[in-house]
Amino acid sequence: MRKDPMPTLDREPTRRLFLWRSLTMGSAAVAAGSGFANGMGNPDNQPPNVPDWSRSLGEGVAVRAYGKPSEFEKNVIRRDVEWLTASRESSVSFTPLHALDGNITPNGLLFERHHSGIAEVDPADYRLMLHGLVDKPLLFTLDDIKRMPRVNRPYFCECAANSGMEWRGAQLDGCQYTHGMVHCVMYTGVTLKTLLDEAGLKTNAKWLLLEGGDAAAMTRSLPLQKALDDVLIAYRMNGEMLYPENGYPVRAVIPGWEANMWVKWLRRIEVGDQPWHHREETSKYTDLLENGKARQFTYVMDAKSVITCPSPQAPLKHNSGFTVLSGIAWSGRGKISRVDVSLDGGRNWRSARIDGPVWDKALVRFYYEFDWDGGELLIQSRAMDETGYVQPTKNELRKIRGVNSVYHNNGIQTWHVRKTGEVENVEVS
Amino acid sequence: MSKSPKAFALFGAFLVAVLTFGVTQMIEPRLVHAQAQKAKPKPLGIGREAKPEEIAGWDIDIRPDGQGLPPGKGTVKEGEPIYVERCASCHGEFGESAGRWPILSGGNATLASHDPVKSVGSYWPYASTLIDYIRRAMPYGAAQTLTNDELYAVTAYVLYLNDVIKDEKFELNDKNFSSIKLPNQANFTEDDREKSERAFWRKEPCMKNCAPGEAKVTGRARVIDVTPETGKGPRVE
Repeated sequence: MRKDPMPTLDREPTRRLFLWRSLTMGSAAVAAGSGFANGMGNPDNQPPNVPDWSRSLGEGVAVRAYGKPSEFEKNVIRRDVEWLTASRESSVSFTPLHALDGNITPNGLLFERHHSGIAEVDPADYRLMLHGLVDKPLLFTLDDIKRMPRVNRPYFCECAANSGMEWRGAQLDGCQYTHGMVHCVMYTGVTLKTLLDEAGLKTNAKWLLLEGGDAAAMTRSLPLQKALDDVLIAYRMNGEMLYPENGYPVRAVIPGWEANMWVKWLRRIEVGDQPWHHREETSKYTDLLENGKARQFTYVMDAKSVITCPSPQAPLKHNSGFTVLSGIAWSGRGKISRVDVSLDGGRNWRSARIDGPVWDKALVRFYYEFDWDGGELLIQSRAMDETGYVQPTKNELRKIRGVNSVYHNNGIQTWHVRKTGEVENVEVS
Repeated sequence: MSKSPKAFALFGAFLVAVLTFGVTQMIEPRLVHAQAQKAKPKPLGIGREAKPEEIAGWDIDIRPDGQGLPPGKGTVKEGEPIYVERCASCHGEFGESAGRWPILSGGNATLASHDPVKSVGSYWPYASTLIDYIRRAMPYGAAQTLTNDELYAVTAYVLYLNDVIKDEKFELNDKNFSSIKLPNQANFTEDDREKSERAFWRKEPCMKNCAPGEAKVTGRARVIDVTPETGKGPRVE
């Protein structure tokens, strides 16, 4: 993954800002092709006039056999950054956090990370193998797994490389790109402990290898202790079967730990007595420090937060007055205990209002309401979790880790809100 | 890492205990481990026994101690044409990488620099990682198609590109594989965030006048201008 800021391109900034505004501010009208790009809509549809949709019949039931968002929301999609990777089969796409609210991510918008593309697994041929240091090696069908005792748990899932392009400075201008490798859904599945109990662990069992059934056969070593604690073997998200891009029909859920360990299209679990040191836990997903040494097995995602609105893709559309600032916070170490917000680049802080459920290792939604005087703002959020961990500034992180880590960048994000309401990703002193 | 597997596993258990119970309530790791394994509930009787031949077909993982190495052999010289034909278009003729595909060689003594190059020779801790990865995932788009002898040969060739193997007549096989060591192994350390970043557990962070003067913008994303523009994204039905 590229870490260096690209060289400055001599592009005329006003044109770019204009493009950005026209695409974000008036997106509804543009999407509808109505030609009213000013964001004010079509007067023919507004009082005292009666719009067409109030007179004529619309589509009947089951025409939309599987529902999807309004055509006016068609810009709310996963997006990728083409220059990041060599091919789309081994790449990432990002969740449009700026356009979402609440704690739960819609199934069609979960960020993707594939290593060899999406495996299309026929559930009739799906098998999960469990072997190694067990009393009885087992083979499960999907129906077998669905017959087992079920649990429902909401968890965030964050790629260790989320915000990884920002180590050397503000680079990508949108929280979809800076923070969009996180999502949170309700998983249904069986605890991994249930499966391990079924096979019976040998006394020298200490590590597991999880392996995917995709063409990368993605593997990670998982300490047995975590496996017995809260790991799920999941087949549903938000009630539906997993989508193919999220590991259909079965994936691992490793609460609070980096998403790379949440092996998709899970085909095999081997029990062993030591870690395997495979590619994704040596060459990748290790954190290179300034002195050339690298931290390995940095599983936990530290507490982090970001203001999703306003943000570069979600500018303020009013000139001043009552303003709701909204964001998300999460911690791999447990529950979020508090989120603070600053409007002046970290000089002064006020506690935000958390609304909605506060689950263990899940996204939390926060709001900060204030009367905007229409002036410039440098907005930040700072998450705290129940262990007393406080989200650090980016510079505090850099002081300890340097700028070559790629992974685990949970530093405080700053957005610069201009008087026009436009927002930019910036770094502050 | 130079520690014994046992010490390593203990540390793993300790780490998890810390992570699970939070920094304030550390529990003796061995105890947690024993407790978690003790309770064995009545089996559900779901699933069937996996047959040895079924396991053999899928059990492709290889560990640093050599466990999992398939029988086979291949020389650097035999690996060269395989590499040129099946690997070089992405990874470059000498492992230098084409475009944004992963680099395989070079980058010695760059890890502590401004532009670290993380190649097999400069960064990876174990040669087993290389043969395991090629076996499970390469060639890209044609995974698990190499014969075992081709696997050893092409692995030998990549190690040759990294000066880990110096003689092109050298034959790599399942017997001698574990003797191959990579130079950067000692530079991997455990996750020590709870110690080295202890200061982040500050409990009551500053709320008022937390830094002198007004905040100044020191960097801007738009100057760098690498953000994809809306409308240029993938087509959506």
